[in-house]
Amino acid sequence: MIDALGSIGSLLLVGGTSDIAVATARRYLAERPLRVVVAARDTPRRAAVADELRGAGGQVEVVDFDADDPASPAGAVAAATANGDIDVAVVAFGQLGDAARLRTDSVAAAHLAQVNFVAAVAVGTELAGRMRTQGHGVIVALSSVAGERVRKTNYVYGSTKAGMDAFYSGLGDSLAGSGVSVLVVRPGFVRSKMTEGMPDAPLATTPEVVAEAIVAGVRARRHTIWVPGALRWVMTGLRHTPRAIFRRLSF
Amino acid sequence: MADPATVPLTGWGRTAPTPATVVPVRGPEDAGTALAARTQRGLVARGLARSYNDAAQNAGGLVLDMTAADRVLDVDLAGAEIEVEAGISLDRLMNLFVPMGLFVPVTPGTRYVTVGGAIAADIHGKNHHVAGTFSQHVAWLDLLTADGQVRRIGPDRDPDLFWATAGGMGLTGVILRVRLRMTPIETSRLLVDTDRTPDLDSLMTLLTETDHLYDYSVAWIDCVATGARMGRSVLTRGRFARRDELTEKQRADPLRYSGAVRLSTPGVFPSGLLNQATVAAFNEVWYRKSPRHKRDQLQTIGAFFHPLDGVGNWNRVYGPRGFVQYQFVVPHGGEDAMRRALIRISSSGHASFLAVLKRFGEGNPGMLSFPVSGWTLALDIPVVEGLAGLLDELDELVVGAGGRVYLAKDPRVRPDLFGQMYPRLESFRDVRRRVDPEGVFTSDLARRLSL
Ligand SMILES: Cc1cc2nc3c(=O)[nH]c(=O)nc-3n(C[C@H](O)[C@H](O)[C@H](O)COP(=O)(O)OP(=O)(O)OC[C@H]3O[C@@H](n4cnc5c(N)ncnc54)[C@H](O)[C@@H]3O)c2cc1C
Ligand SMILES: NC(=O)c1ccc[n+]([C@@H]2O[C@H](COP(=O)([O-])OP(=O)(O)OC[C@H]3O[C@@H](n4cnc5c(N)ncnc54)[C@H](OP(=O)(O)O)[C@@H]3O)[C@@H](O)[C@H]2O)c1
Repeated sequence: MIDALGSIGSLLLVGGTSDIAVATARRYLAERPLRVVVAARDTPRRAAVADELRGAGGQVEVVDFDADDPASPAGAVAAATANGDIDVAVVAFGQLGDAARLRTDSVAAAHLAQVNFVAAVAVGTELAGRMRTQGHGVIVALSSVAGERVRKTNYVYGSTKAGMDAFYSGLGDSLAGSGVSVLVVRPGFVRSKMTEGMPDAPLATTPEVVAEAIVAGVRARRHTIWVPGALRWVMTGLRHTPRAIFRRLSF
Repeated sequence: MADPATVPLTGWGRTAPTPATVVPVRGPEDAGTALAARTQRGLVARGLARSYNDAAQNAGGLVLDMTAADRVLDVDLAGAEIEVEAGISLDRLMNLFVPMGLFVPVTPGTRYVTVGGAIAADIHGKNHHVAGTFSQHVAWLDLLTADGQVRRIGPDRDPDLFWATAGGMGLTGVILRVRLRMTPIETSRLLVDTDRTPDLDSLMTLLTETDHLYDYSVAWIDCVATGARMGRSVLTRGRFARRDELTEKQRADPLRYSGAVRLSTPGVFPSGLLNQATVAAFNEVWYRKSPRHKRDQLQTIGAFFHPLDGVGNWNRVYGPRGFVQYQFVVPHGGEDAMRRALIRISSSGHASFLAVLKRFGEGNPGMLSFPVSGWTLALDIPVVEGLAGLLDELDELVVGAGGRVYLAKDPRVRPDLFGQMYPRLESFRDVRRRVDPEGVFTSDLARRLSL
């Protein structure tokens, strides 16, 4: 249960090897011990993450999750909730893709949509069903400012994030009164595995800062947050920039 | 069974609401029907919801509203015993039995609690140092357990189950009927002595030396004052008056009782939302207005035991985010921890209304029963940024001194620290495994702390 002061007892990371997800678990574990379920593909990194979180005081369980497999969302959520309620679930899996290739390779583009959007929809649907029955819980969805106004340089990724953002925002509204809520997180550029080797964009931040914002957002029962917070106003500006001008912006 | 409704529920602190299906229970049959109709989310009983936290909540499951099961089943005036349904309130018991010369054995700071809730939290009152807890005055009780059986248990019949149920927060089953030993009284007035003490040390000394002379005793302590005035308090102690101690007018109707209270001592009560300034001002006025020493003042039951019941929904003054009541006890020898906790609280700047300090007598075999011989402090703190950290810090202090927090009030203790506070938690779990192996009886509190 999320207690009166916003502390939690159990955390599910879907895409459990994500740098942002792991930073969020570490941030929660810095406050108190808790149960952490790591749902991810079976990789050496998953084992390393489980060990790391155990070392930080987590009571860690590992379950299989693969966004390429249509049966996986249902199986992973069932396995994750088999040993008790989940207080907070972080939906963090995702891929950036190679923008140049995505422009011409329809199979790659459809695959990115499968991972970032289709699987995210399936996971959200499963989580919401389970949490409705629980009567409590928070779903944290890692969206992106890239989905808020989609740019020509990475429109495939941007569109998948726009779709998942719309889904989770709507899901949150549909859950009003159920005891369950959704926090949509819109980070800008985060220095993580996903952006390794890329030059920093303006207002670049770290997984730790995103984690801090997630914990505070859950505590305050927010529905949407931007990280860093200033991006909220930047994006408001960009959303209203006329298309002809936006297209000519060099990002 | 009347139609259930799904509604968001909270406790008295108005934090962490969760929805549950509320089933009105008018008697044993309704409770049995609800038990049979439970889902995987289980069920828990709820009384008048005066516990401050999530004890009487069960997200996604059933919550049995016991307040309609409120009949008196038997009265033995000569033996001072009554038999009641568990949903009856102490308010009702006082209205019915004070005029007959019987008082409840233990009353909390509000009389709007049920007998079931009083046993489930194993509540204590101003007389703990001489009378122990509420459950210590229970001859037997009928408990509906997970298997659908109703078991009559007491300190001498299945004592393990009894002492898991007393203080067990509704997690062993539904208390249906109770045989209770009442306290005979000659009058409905109390003879009260008031002493003002300038700081914590003088208060503790006075309590240690003279508390045994009084049946009822409690100190109201100023948690905003710092420095030399830290812990300044107003101590009120008393006992029920004998008939010959009443005024002539009162003697005509010595057991006259009305619950109504006029707020006398404080003189002012801050209205609107509380903040540090209004609380400090209030505490100042309240301290100055109280007499330095006063002896043998006659007070009504309401004024002496339940001054806050006169203020209606005072739990709303803390604003929309609700508030937390922090109550802990440290055993004798933990005086220094108490002092350091008070310093930490008063210097934190979190507005806290009057706090209450009491010296407990011996504890009992209740596995999750709160009182242990020592000092207890209870105070309200509105929910503000950073409170989680402050309270975790205080918990460490309390655990370090061998103390614990009170389950009827706590909405946020760390589960691992909770285990250290209650060394008999494993025995409690053993009893639950025996009578409720599937964990049918459960609550938000049970889930939060993995009880
Ligand atoms: C102003 C105020 C002052 C207070 N002062 C004191 C005090 O001085 N000392 C003290 O000890 N406490 C005090 N309390 C706390 C209060 O006495 C307890 O929380 C008590 O349990 C409330 O009873 P209730 O009927 O409201 O129960 P609820 O709050 O509804 O429920 C409390 C617990 O009892 C269980 N329960 C209720 N009925 C049954 C039943 N029939 N069978 C099984 N389980 C049941 C519930 O499941 C829950 O776990 C105070 C509270 C307030 C608001
Ligand atoms: N980094 C940024 O700049 C940024 C900005 C805004 C939003 N976001 C979003 O934040 C989330 C987390 O990103 P991050 O920065 O933490 O990057 P990350 O460390 O690369 O995490 C992404 C995770 O997704 C998992 N994943 C990828 N494909 C998967 C699949 N088919 N099945 C299961 N898991 C799969 C990966 O797990 P494996 O270990 O199995 O590969 C990887 O750990 C993503 O949704 C991302 O879109 C990131």
